[in-house]
Amino acid sequence: MKRWNVWIWPLALFLVLVVFLGVGLTLNPREVPSPLINKPAPPFELPQLHAQDKTFSQKDMVGKVWLLNVWASWCASCRDEHPVLVDLAKSGKVPIYGLNYKDRRPDGIAWLNRFGDPYVLSAYDVQGRIGIDYGVYGVPETYVIDKQGVIRFKQIGPVTPQVLNEKILPLIAQLNG
Amino acid sequence: MRNLLFFLLIFAFGLARVQAADDAALDQRVQRLAEELRCLVCQNQSLADSHADLAVDLKNQVREKLRQGASEQDVINYMTERYGDFVLYRPPMKATTLLLWFGPGLLLIGGLIALFMRLRRRASIAAEPQLTSAERARAAALLDNPDKGTEGNGMEHR
Repeated sequence: MKRWNVWIWPLALFLVLVVFLGVGLTLNPREVPSPLINKPAPPFELPQLHAQDKTFSQKDMVGKVWLLNVWASWCASCRDEHPVLVDLAKSGKVPIYGLNYKDRRPDGIAWLNRFGDPYVLSAYDVQGRIGIDYGVYGVPETYVIDKQGVIRFKQIGPVTPQVLNEKILPLIAQLNG
Repeated sequence: MRNLLFFLLIFAFGLARVQAADDAALDQRVQRLAEELRCLVCQNQSLADSHADLAVDLKNQVREKLRQGASEQDVINYMTERYGDFVLYRPPMKATTLLLWFGPGLLLIGGLIALFMRLRRRASIAAEPQLTSAERARAAALLDNPDKGTEGNGMEHR
């Protein structure tokens, strides 16, 4: 019977536990992986936020790489990401379309007037039904959709400059290339 | 004329009762399904327990689907297509969930094996020590005459 046997096993178990807990700490339990990645964007046809009598559909965007950003005037973190989207819109690297989610039309329009409007246009999803089809469970969420109308990436929570530069912009360049 | 009115009244009453029973059955199905589905906003609550906006929307969606004649499985498929297996409190068995399903059992079996080996080892240590015949004779002599055993250590007051 060797002496080291007595403590090597508890130590080994402890190290395994440390590794598991350590990995667990770096994961975000609020980020639920979307089953929609690499699937066609769910179809919709919604009235536009500004032009009530016009509609917007994901079909209108076939042949283009674009962003669909889910936002609402009542959403505080939308305000955090807003300057990032405004800058991105100015750069002209990718068209951004909004999905105004469970909002009141005047509130949404006033919010855009106040903070700037980075969207080519916003679709108006007052009941949140299209949000459910897209698996939205919090606002903001952002989808990268390719030329074939397939969802290639989903950002849960605000788009930060880091996410934009490290994930979204390289992906868009690759999809456009 | 009076009779006709009477019959109409009875008919309407009966219809209302059937309707109410249908609604109660639907409520029950919605409730049962909602308990199986996880609320995505407040992750440790089921849809049934949660009053979050999205949970209410999703419950309404479940009710609508069931009323339109969807089966329980249809509704579960509808939810997992949008939110993934995460919404299920009973995850399906597949390659990525094998550890989830069998991990606890493996840990239990591992623990039992470790315990068993430990006990066996201890039993072999505690087994009666084997003495040579000379040792046996010396032990017997000591037991017969306790004085002899301490002989010659030089620390005895005589």
